[in-house]
Amino acid sequence: MDNVVQLKKTALYERHVEANAKMAEFAGYMMPIEYPSGIIKEHELVRSSAGLFDLSHMGEIEIRGEWAEELVQYIIANDISALLPGSVIYTPVCNHQGGVVDDVLVYKMEDRIMLVVNASNKDKVHKWLMDQERWFCSQPERYSCLVVDRSEKLSIIAIQGPKAEEILQKVTPVNLSEIGYYTFVKGGICKSEGIISRTGYTGEDGFELYVPNEDAVAIWDTVLDAGREYGLAPIGLGARDTLRFEAKYPLYGHELNDDRTPFESGIGWAVKLEKNDFIGKDPLKKFETEKPARKMIGFEMKKPGIARKDHKVFNAEGKEIGVVTSGSFSPSLKKNLGLAVVDRKGIKIGTQINIEIRGRMVPAQVIKTPFYKGSVKSAKKNAD
Amino acid sequence: MSTVLDGLYYTKEHEWVKVEDGVATIGITDHAQGQLGDIVFIELPSPGDEVTQMLECGVVESVKTASDLFSPVSGEVVEANKNLLQEVDGEDNEDFHPEYVNTDPYGQGWMLKIKLSKPEEIEQLLSAEDYKKLI
Repeated sequence: MDNVVQLKKTALYERHVEANAKMAEFAGYMMPIEYPSGIIKEHELVRSSAGLFDLSHMGEIEIRGEWAEELVQYIIANDISALLPGSVIYTPVCNHQGGVVDDVLVYKMEDRIMLVVNASNKDKVHKWLMDQERWFCSQPERYSCLVVDRSEKLSIIAIQGPKAEEILQKVTPVNLSEIGYYTFVKGGICKSEGIISRTGYTGEDGFELYVPNEDAVAIWDTVLDAGREYGLAPIGLGARDTLRFEAKYPLYGHELNDDRTPFESGIGWAVKLEKNDFIGKDPLKKFETEKPARKMIGFEMKKPGIARKDHKVFNAEGKEIGVVTSGSFSPSLKKNLGLAVVDRKGIKIGTQINIEIRGRMVPAQVIKTPFYKGSVKSAKKNAD
Repeated sequence: MSTVLDGLYYTKEHEWVKVEDGVATIGITDHAQGQLGDIVFIELPSPGDEVTQMLECGVVESVKTASDLFSPVSGEVVEANKNLLQEVDGEDNEDFHPEYVNTDPYGQGWMLKIKLSKPEEIEQLLSAEDYKKLI
């Protein structure tokens, strides 16, 4: 049997094929990895003007009911208690050991909460939520919540880049300048009942549109058309990765995993230890007073070679101190850069390290992150 | 869609070979560069190094991934394309153009010249016709 038949397609699949995208399986979906112009050109377009992304493979899980907020507060490490409806927050979801199950966006609505989860973790997080709901809501004087996976019904279209607002404003009556960073409004694109959210994963200003699948193609076409004079073009998952990498946004499976705490992965700022009980709080509590043994660093290769995920990191004395979590040629800086999680001791900006690439030690140097600061309205706080 | 030039030899690993006076010039095919995407880094053996048919002799890296380069023939490397090397004689190479492999895989994107030690190996390579069928 043909394997491809079993893979899911987003509502925009035909558009990607028509555009001659290189399609590949990602998290069970056939997704565009790159278009004929290539990753570097796509990357540069987002940095200089704007690009359009199909992110419909990502998961949306809604939590409804009287106890929805309390349940979410118990599951996430960040704090939504002071968050107004219409706001978004970034948070790790931790396991009982303090490791990261996933990193998610929390959308607080009037009557429900929506979690946007990584495509590859969708089923894991959904099951995790259901399990926690069962326990949490069975406690005395609590009522059950409804946990609904809406992933199959919703498409996500992102427009990212310094020209994103100008382009999107042409096709919506909503005053986009009034949508602040990490906030959202309902409706307003092509008569669709979706959400316009000022969020992104590129380091650039931009919006993510959550729309019903049946409206996705019309919106995609309309926005692309509106952006023609700006050179707006579709961008694949390949450039999405290099864009987030330069902005030092962590990626689950790379910087984040089930065995590594948020404090070692550079997202300790999103853990609110002063808040009431939440999963992972006990093992993480010690980081109120002590620094974790490992930390995330950025580095630049000083000799030819590209560090890749899982390459080992050594200090100048030849001691193994950690592992590369992401590494790539940086299209914006034209350098070979990397992110790594290493033993904290003796490592600071400027420290010389070595990366083992195919059995060879290649010199590198610890440098400041993010590698690139784009047009994003407000950079996330960075604790490290 | 990809270009396959007549008169060259090919391998299943998507390398091309051009033989002139006992010296093979090798590179990767148009199909291979298209599959890899934007090429940003290349590791090649140095002149004087011996390479063996079917064994790894270098690495080609695109933005996304690293792929091994297999030598289509055995022999001594007589020249490596300096335009593909980030560093030459320990110094940053101002004429570093890994993108040549994308833009001109059979021309400016050539990789190695190898003095054949076993010319009979050529007979094991694919013809342009055979390679077209493969891709």
